[in-house]
Amino acid sequence: MDAFASLIHGFGVLADPMNIVYMCIGIVLGVLIGVLPGLGGANGVAILLPLTFSMSPTAAIIMLSSIYWGALFGGAITSILFNIPGEPWSVATTFDGHPMAQQGKADEALTAAFTSSFVGALLAVIVITFVAPLVANFALRFGPAEFFAVQLLTFCSFVGMGRESAFKVLAAMMLGFALAAVGMDSVTGELRMTYGTVELMRGFDFLIAVIGLFGIGEILLTLEEGLSFRGKSTSITMRSVLNTWKRLPKFWATYLRSSAVGCWLGITPGGATPASFMSYGIAHRMSKNRANFGKGEIEGVVAPETAAHAAGTSALLPMLTLGIPGSPTAAVMLGGLLIWGLQPGPMLFIEQKDFVWGLIASMYLSNVVGLIIVLTTVPLFAAILRIPFSIIAPVIVVICCIGAYTVHNAYLDVVIMLFFGVLGYVMKKLGYPLAPLVLALVLGDLAESSFRQSMLVSQGSLSIFWSNWLVGSICALAMLMLFWPLISILIDRLRNGKNRHQGEATRA
Amino acid sequence: MASEHDVMPSSAPGESQTTITTRGMELILSGFFMVVAGFVMYDSVRVGNGWATDGPEAGYFPFYVGLIMFLASAGTFAVNLLTRKPDLSNFVARSSLVLVLKVLAPTFVYLGVMYFVGIYVASILYIGLFMMWLGKYPLAKTVPVAVLIPLALFWLFEIAFLIPLPKGPLETALGF
Repeated sequence: MDAFASLIHGFGVLADPMNIVYMCIGIVLGVLIGVLPGLGGANGVAILLPLTFSMSPTAAIIMLSSIYWGALFGGAITSILFNIPGEPWSVATTFDGHPMAQQGKADEALTAAFTSSFVGALLAVIVITFVAPLVANFALRFGPAEFFAVQLLTFCSFVGMGRESAFKVLAAMMLGFALAAVGMDSVTGELRMTYGTVELMRGFDFLIAVIGLFGIGEILLTLEEGLSFRGKSTSITMRSVLNTWKRLPKFWATYLRSSAVGCWLGITPGGATPASFMSYGIAHRMSKNRANFGKGEIEGVVAPETAAHAAGTSALLPMLTLGIPGSPTAAVMLGGLLIWGLQPGPMLFIEQKDFVWGLIASMYLSNVVGLIIVLTTVPLFAAILRIPFSIIAPVIVVICCIGAYTVHNAYLDVVIMLFFGVLGYVMKKLGYPLAPLVLALVLGDLAESSFRQSMLVSQGSLSIFWSNWLVGSICALAMLMLFWPLISILIDRLRNGKNRHQGEATRA
Repeated sequence: MASEHDVMPSSAPGESQTTITTRGMELILSGFFMVVAGFVMYDSVRVGNGWATDGPEAGYFPFYVGLIMFLASAGTFAVNLLTRKPDLSNFVARSSLVLVLKVLAPTFVYLGVMYFVGIYVASILYIGLFMMWLGKYPLAKTVPVAVLIPLALFWLFEIAFLIPLPKGPLETALGF
């Protein structure tokens, strides 16, 4: 019951009215970011991160995480009203959400989406409250080898669980590590890969990369299809909210299933996007109204939204306890922790109790506040979407440039950001995943230092990663994940071979 | 109504939409990554990728990063080069590419202009140009939007948050 006491302590931290103000600002900004194309959770947080340098870390993380929750809520608005997913994780919401809006049931779809997001997030926060201290406690026993093993597992799971080609996942990931290594080596003080230039001594900042890859890259992709917002307008009345709420409890099984899927994929670095698709697929298979899916079935809105929000929220669990973010946005926040001078990892739960429990308590409150804000302000945000793209696009580019500049007050960073934008556009079109790149860029230095420390302990022998059952089993799991694409090909071959034999046998 | 100011790819009838095949682009990008990986490995060997008396040298970790990146990109390269059914679909339709370039080119110019006149004046020009050229807005509608947004940003950054952004001669003349 320690968790309860700590949680109450966390609510005490929240009693500072400024924290509540930052929370509300964060949510409104977040919804705005989620609604606008080209601005998403990851680069929205990246752009606003420099603004928080002067705040206390607790106030800053509350505002940034509120932006994240807001962005998760906001993605649903564009999906349902305009059939344009504001965020990748709300693609699955368009399948049934937009048909509902076309049938004039936009208010129902939006209420269902927001409520499901809320329920998903709430269940995930409960998981964080009770599981995170246990994980952190366990991780206190970790040495450098164990930390590197966990990082290895994180990166290998991208290969094993991603739908992209394993080669491409690896290439993108290693590009991230390579970019992270540019600049001064923190151990030997040697300059790496600067090729004699002073500007590169600073290295590549992940914030610049995130703003370019996700911001400019996304704008270019959106632009290519040509963007015209012609959507349904709606407002939500109290009556329609209550009517929809009456219908929702019968989907309790969908809620539980989707939250479980979401929490699992959020904690392992699957992220919110696969979670929403997987949850939609499962709901489709298990539902009684299977035939109605894709034509405006409310359960088809409930399932992906619950999972996306559960995944987005639980992505913070490994970030806080192990220092390993479960999603690109969590990765950016982790970078923020490092900038504020906090070392993410199990010690955070001991040394920074105010920070950790203030954040966890704020998750409860900000999701309640978020639900109220989005339910009441939908018409406002829908109106923002009616601003033509030829105004929105240059403004977003300007904001991305300002965001890139403020990181180091360096003009060159803005140019680099734009190149990352072009790179992001091409990579995305060719099916290279961007999440492992960002995670590798953020974690690169941490992963390298834990690798080097373990190498120092073992005097350069890789056997340290199999030296005890804990590190050994994590590494074995990581290898399984890494070679999963190969293994699954083998399994397919074997099974097909067997089927052919059986086919021949029956024919004979 | 807003729809006439939407930015849509447009093409003259009969105009060819082909630019480059997806396979060609795959080869270019994975080739580029192989070159990048080569640079990473080259530099790691330069700073030393072995074992010094005090532990791993600075290039120890990046060398393997470069090696894996090289092998993985070589894999993508080989798959696309040797496959029996190459993906010959169009990487990007010409009309879409034109639109993307129409946004990218002014953005690069914007960065160049920003270097000399500061971010605020450059933003006024950039937003204005974008609205008039791509959005086909009349001047009377363009000017208020293009001026007010950078002004709001000026207030937010220079006055409210005290974060200095690049400024040019105009701001200096006004005393900032």
